[in-house]
Amino acid sequence: MKFPDPHEVKARTIPGTEGWERMYPYQYQFVTDDPVRGRYEKETFWFNDGLHYPEPLYPFDTIWDEAWYLALSQYNNRIFMVPPVRGVDHRVINGYMYISPVPVKDPAEIGKRVPHFMERAGFYFKNWDALEKKWVAKMEATIRELEALKIPTLGEMEELSVVTDAVGESQGYHLLKNYDDLINLGIKCWQYHFEFLNLGYAAYVFFLDFMQKQFPSMPTQRVTQMISGIDVIMYRPDEELKKLAKLAVDSRIDGALTNGGDWGAVEAGLRKDPRAKDWLSALEKSRQPWFNVSTGTGWFHHDRSWNDQMSVPLAGIKTYIEKLRQGVSIERPIEKVRAERDRITAEYRGLLPDDASRKQFDELLGCAKTVFPYVENHLFYVEHWFHSLFWNKVREVGAILARHGVIGEVEDVWLLRRDEIKSALWDVVTAWATGVTPRGTTTWPKEIAWRKGVMQKFKEWSAPPAIGTAPEVIQEPFTIVLWGVTNKSLADWAAVQDHKDPSRMNELKGFAGSPGVVEGKARVCRTVAEVSALQEGEILVAPTTSPSWAPAFAKIKACVTDVGGVMSHAAIVCREYGLPAVVGTGHATKIIQSGMKVRVDGSTGVITLVR
Amino acid sequence: MTAAAVPLVCWLEECRKESVPLVGGKCSSLGELINAGVRVPPGFALTTEGYRRFMAEAGLQREVARDLEHLDVDDLEALERTSAAIRARIESAPFTRELEDLVAERYRRLGVRCCMPALPVAVRSSATAEDLPDASFAGQQDTYLWIRGVDEVLHHMRRCISSLYSARAVAYRARHRVGDDQLAISVGVQKMARAYTAGVMFTLHPANGDRSVIVIDSNFGFGESVVSGEVTPDHFVVNKVTLDIIDRTISQKEMAYVVDGRTHTSRATEVPLERQRIQSLLDDEITQLAWMGKRIEQHYGRPMDIEWAVDKDIAAGGSIFILQARPETVWSARQAPATGPTSAMDYILANMLAGKRVG
Repeated sequence: MKFPDPHEVKARTIPGTEGWERMYPYQYQFVTDDPVRGRYEKETFWFNDGLHYPEPLYPFDTIWDEAWYLALSQYNNRIFMVPPVRGVDHRVINGYMYISPVPVKDPAEIGKRVPHFMERAGFYFKNWDALEKKWVAKMEATIRELEALKIPTLGEMEELSVVTDAVGESQGYHLLKNYDDLINLGIKCWQYHFEFLNLGYAAYVFFLDFMQKQFPSMPTQRVTQMISGIDVIMYRPDEELKKLAKLAVDSRIDGALTNGGDWGAVEAGLRKDPRAKDWLSALEKSRQPWFNVSTGTGWFHHDRSWNDQMSVPLAGIKTYIEKLRQGVSIERPIEKVRAERDRITAEYRGLLPDDASRKQFDELLGCAKTVFPYVENHLFYVEHWFHSLFWNKVREVGAILARHGVIGEVEDVWLLRRDEIKSALWDVVTAWATGVTPRGTTTWPKEIAWRKGVMQKFKEWSAPPAIGTAPEVIQEPFTIVLWGVTNKSLADWAAVQDHKDPSRMNELKGFAGSPGVVEGKARVCRTVAEVSALQEGEILVAPTTSPSWAPAFAKIKACVTDVGGVMSHAAIVCREYGLPAVVGTGHATKIIQSGMKVRVDGSTGVITLVR
Repeated sequence: MTAAAVPLVCWLEECRKESVPLVGGKCSSLGELINAGVRVPPGFALTTEGYRRFMAEAGLQREVARDLEHLDVDDLEALERTSAAIRARIESAPFTRELEDLVAERYRRLGVRCCMPALPVAVRSSATAEDLPDASFAGQQDTYLWIRGVDEVLHHMRRCISSLYSARAVAYRARHRVGDDQLAISVGVQKMARAYTAGVMFTLHPANGDRSVIVIDSNFGFGESVVSGEVTPDHFVVNKVTLDIIDRTISQKEMAYVVDGRTHTSRATEVPLERQRIQSLLDDEITQLAWMGKRIEQHYGRPMDIEWAVDKDIAAGGSIFILQARPETVWSARQAPATGPTSAMDYILANMLAGKRVG
């Protein structure tokens, strides 16, 4: 299969963005001035990581891409010695990330890696639960460190105690140092992120593979259904909202929540109401840590948390209060889900041809069930809890840069690479110490204004799903399970490329995320803030969903997303609630419009637009 | 067992797996299906005892034995001539009044059950040795469709019986030294399914042996067009576990077999252009049919190859019928490569080394 030449794609620079390369690390560039590297790039298969980056990446947000470039690769290639694969290589074009798994080509080397892999990965699989407990402790310690980290401001005069305690260090020095600490904590957190994930995905992907070899027509979601109904903390934020809704009704303060206007007004009202005392302290408990859940995937600075945007959890609580008033149950039908899971598991097991394959099935299913909670739970710790706090710390850094005139406003900080921020801080700190004006006050605002224009042009560019040369075999577990790179998806991508006029499309394809067929009115919600417009019984169409979208699932009758596989949030939640879902459609939010009638077939992954 | 204790005719629902010596393979299989909760067009059978009574009372056994006594089965001309003579003799021999009354009474009651006088029925032989490697031992698999009226039913019963003496069957028995005294046949009489839509169903994927799906091929009219491959039928793949329709292909179906009102036979006809691309089986019917397929497979404990029809005479909801169910043979005969189970770790490693093909 042939895809566009990466160098040719890159050479067609969008007018007005010349020089954009400086917004990203230099090693991310496709290059033509190095013949060896250039040939490697041409002969390699690169696919657009639309799963994580549906939009072009801001220079600062590139931090997480660098963090996982390092972490995923090191665990595959240097720690667990996964025999046939090294790491995953990265490139950028116009702000969009392209990635590629790197194989080990020499069979002798693969053979040498095997015993190490068996020993090392075997150790993790054998001690999974105990190691996972250690992981939680490490992660919570890292988060506590982050919370305690101060971003000092630069005052006119240092505190007297600096002298009387003989501290010997200034706030300027601490600002530089703590910025480094902040970045290092972020990188460390991502080191942990992949400690279990590669192995977890491997266990999961080969269980999937086993089932689909036995039953070639078996939909992936039926395999994932076999590991559903396991308690994972991803549901906790939503459970907290339900708890608060019930408590509000029981304490008879639900009216203040549903009629009180925005969160500021509601909170002010509750503070004056003695009946709300218990509820407010319950809320405080829920907020730490559960309201650190991001309203997006947590990968971007603009994904704010519930704690940042209390209107979002408030809307969720209101939805549940309404349900309670109507006498509708707001519990997850967990028993039903488990009963159906057990029935399906038993039936498929019964269809296996012999006892040997049933034993293999038990072995692989057991392993997949062991890894499943980690595969889900790490998301809350890293992408939600840690990231939400992290973005706000960087905002504090941005506030200092803005105060010293290097950037116009706090939110401009995202247009700088993290090493550029360090340089700018040096500029600010030395100027502050010296009592002069930072040089950056004249250079950065101009550069930032230009970069904003570049970002806008990048957003309008449509990134090809794949470039380079497709390989014959893929062995890297993430590439298969997370991005769903298979023969079929490549063909689908090629088909989308060919479709010139989206307004005339009347069918969309994605992954069958959760079974069932319904027809209804679509509601396109690009962000969680737009969820308030959802009407009972509509079909939610979203770029992607995350735990903070949970209350929306109590209202809808099906869900469609642009990005995500059968293990994505939307698919998992829909299976739990028994709603049809089609995920990873690529561009449903661009083609479907609110009010349009659509038919969602969650069993086949087809969405029909009734125009 | 005395002759009196053995019934000469019986309803299909009275037949069981163990009834093969009495009603042959086909009828006992239909009885099994009914008792498994699967809908089958109603009917009755002339038992092997009924067959013997007919042969004995008409004095046929002696005459046939005499005809065959000096036959040289390698003399093809003589073989054909003798076979034709015996068959003509059987087909013109009268049933005794008792047997005739028994059949007529069952046929009448079948008509009452189906609310239709002069009920069109299918009359088919049901051999006791169908499962043997070479079924020609027991005669042709004769089936006569659209038979109406008791005289016609009796006549076609005789034709089914006479098929025991087709030239091929006679020669086969002579060569393999199978005596005629071991011969027995039963004849089934079953309401004709007036098929609005019909076809076949496999309880595994015929293309890849996947046992987690049920595959249904369907066309308007009788199943003949699907079985013979004269049309590209509509094609549905149903998940056996959840009964979701996971794949469907609606084909252009240019022809179908329908019943000719005058001749009471099925004939090929062109499907009107505007109907050619319409789905020939409703989604609800697909699900119901697949459910029956699953029951049939569970009952027999093996993948099955099934013929079915949606009957026009019967109101929707109860109109899907199973006409035949046979064990699937192609995939079932294939042995899976014998690999013992391994630990999850070993499995992951082995498959990681193999990788996943993409191009």
